[in-house]
Parts: sequence; structure tokens; C-alpha cells
Amino acid sequence: MLGTAHDARPRLRPGPARRWGSMSDLLSRIVTDRSDEAFRSLFDEYRPRVRRYMLQQGADGDLADELAHETLVTVWRKAALYSSDKGSPSAWIFTIARNLRIDRIRKQRVWQELTDEHAASIPSEDQPADSMIDQQQRQIRVQEALRTLPAEQIEVVTLAFIEGLPHSEIAERLSLPLGTVKSRIRLAYAKLRDALEELR
Amino acid sequence: MSITNHPDPATLISFAAGTLSEPLAAVVAAHAAMCSCCRREIADMELVGAALLLQHSLSAQPARSGAAKPLRGRVARPGPGAAHAVARDRLPSPIARAYGLTFATIPWKRLGPGVLHHRLPLSPGTEGDLRLLKIAAGRRMPEHGHGGSELTLVLDGAYSDETGTYRSGDMQDVDESIEHTPVADQNAGCICLIASDRPARFKGIMARLVQPWTGI
Ligand SMILES: [Zn+2]
Repeated sequence: MLGTAHDARPRLRPGPARRWGSMSDLLSRIVTDRSDEAFRSLFDEYRPRVRRYMLQQGADGDLADELAHETLVTVWRKAALYSSDKGSPSAWIFTIARNLRIDRIRKQRVWQELTDEHAASIPSEDQPADSMIDQQQRQIRVQEALRTLPAEQIEVVTLAFIEGLPHSEIAERLSLPLGTVKSRIRLAYAKLRDALEELR
Repeated sequence: MSITNHPDPATLISFAAGTLSEPLAAVVAAHAAMCSCCRREIADMELVGAALLLQHSLSAQPARSGAAKPLRGRVARPGPGAAHAVARDRLPSPIARAYGLTFATIPWKRLGPGVLHHRLPLSPGTEGDLRLLKIAAGRRMPEHGHGGSELTLVLDGAYSDETGTYRSGDMQDVDESIEHTPVADQNAGCICLIASDRPARFKGIMARLVQPWTGI
């Protein structure tokens, strides 16, 4: 875990690119044939990750199970809606899990839209809709760029996105000034954004 | 309409990660509804969240094993003309939807000379303060510092301070290091959505603003 200041090694797996491709196939299979087998693959792939995400955000085991299940059921139910909006499947799953966490663990009003609602809210004249392939490419690009970040930058973005810590708590956890945490986050994002800029 | 002042990227990251406090998140959502650049940024930041969710090693904390239950059931299908009738109202749609308000129906209450407000309720147990504020033309607000983060989004009119002028859609994102003296536009005044994650601090500001009147 990234729980202690001295353990800042990034925990990234090698060879992720294939995963995005298979994820996209999986979603199209869910949309088209609605097979139990497709759902089982989705469930196997994401349930442990979403469950652990919920645990890290303070859910107990039962609630984490419930919320992981609910996240994937939402994916299953809304897959047809989603396919028409052409976003990144993984970003969509992330936003469903994030919103459930705010609503059910923090018990606060959710102001964040789901990724599919974003896509829908961008007027077409303003921003042409990306194709599913483009979104897939963007997702892969982010993945690659993440692996080039210095460990201290990966650490802060992971604490924010995966452990759900506000900047002030990241500062406390790492015994760093708040300003340092914010500037590491800005630096990390600037690099990821540069990587994506090439695709625009 | 061109928006020139956006949230700090670190604030947007918190929003995308879902770690921003409820009142601050409300203001970012309202800004994003007015600003396609920031919607785009947020979508990119969500890709980062997704990448981390997938990449992060599972080995540290093995999940409990369990079989997927096969699911049967209705699939949601896109309805006719779903979702995107965007009402053009000066009150951003996230706020309008959440509180059932329109710009014209905000139940303003007088707070002091030239100052009206409407407080927007937060979830039980949530710290902070979220409110709409209407400042008369040319009215000067007392100089103040900030005990925590404060976000201000201009909905109508404009205001200026030492750092510049903020117009409709602009967001001022300040932390404890900033001291400023905002003045509402000489002609139009200013209507804004303002949030703080430190209620005590904000009350202090408001108290000075309306002295000797009371009633926060
Ligand atoms: Zn913006």
C-alpha cells in the first residue's frame, strides 16, 4: 500500500495495453449478446478492483461487496445507453464507482456527472464526439504516460484517485506542506495532459 | 462568451477524484456546466482515475472470492431525445436541478445594505458553506483572508479585486494565502455562487460584511 511516506514505489503492472482492447470487446459483447459469460468476465475483471477501491475509501467488507456489485450491475443495465456515447469504458466504470462512493460512503450530494453524461453535455459543434477508438487510444496514452511519472508524482495522484484523500490529508499522510502536494499534482497532470495533447 | 478564469488544476483533480468537499464541488460543477474547457479537463482526469483503478496492483489486498451471479433483466435503452435539452438559464443546471431553482426564483434575503443572499443547504453533517450572493453595483466588500479554500463563480455581472476582474462564468479559486478586497461592478453589480470549506471563517467574513446588521 501507499500508506506510508517511505514506501513510495509505484505499483504499476507491466503490459496493460492489451487490457484496454479486451475491455472494449467485453463491453460490446455485453451490449450485443447480453451473455452471462460476458457479464462474468466483466465481473471477474472489475469486481476485485472496485471492491478494493471501496475498502480504501472506508467501506467495511459488506458495503464494499455491495457497492462493487452495484457498480457492475449499473454497467450491465446501462451498457446499451453507454455504447451510443462512445467514451472510455474504464473511465465510465471509474465514474460510476466514484459517484457511488460519494453517495453511499461519504453520504454527500454527488456533483460529479458520470462520464457518459459529460460526453452528452458537450455540444457537438463545440467538440466533435470522439469515436470509441479515439477514447481507447486516449486511455492507453494516459496509461503509458503514468508509467513515465516520477514515483513521488504517482504517489500523490494515487492517494487522490484510489485512496480518496483530499489534498490536506495527502499532505498530512506524507508530512509535506499542502503547497508541495498541490504542485506535485499539477506537475503530474501537466505531463499526462501533454501526452494526451498529441492525440488532439 | 469567453471564460478566462478557471479552477486550479489541483482543484479539478480533487473534483474528478471525488475528494473535493461538497460545497466546493458544487461550485466546480456549476463552472463546468458553463465551461466546455473544464468539462474536457475533467474527462481527461477521469481517464487518469480509470487508469489507476485498473493498474493498481491487487496483490496487496486480495479480494474475497465470489462467483458472479448471472443477471437477467431489463436493459436501459436511450429514450427519445434523451437528456440534453440544456435550459439556458443564468443559474447553472447542476444548481438549478439540485435545488429546484431558476435564476428568477432565487428567494433572496436581505443581509445588509446592498447585499442579498440565499443559503443552499448541504447534506447533514457536512462542513462548509454554499450560498448565492447578490452584491449591489459598486459595493465594496471588506478585505479578508481565507482560513481554507474558497471558490467563487460569477453568474451575472462582475467583480474586481487586486488580482483582476471576474465576469460571468469566471471562477476565482483562492486558498489561505490570499487576501483580497472584491468590489462589485459599478454598473451591473454581481451575482455569484460562493463556497467555503471552513464555515467559521466564512461566517467571520459575512459578519464583517454586514455589520452592524446581523443574521447569518
Ligand atoms: Zn473552466
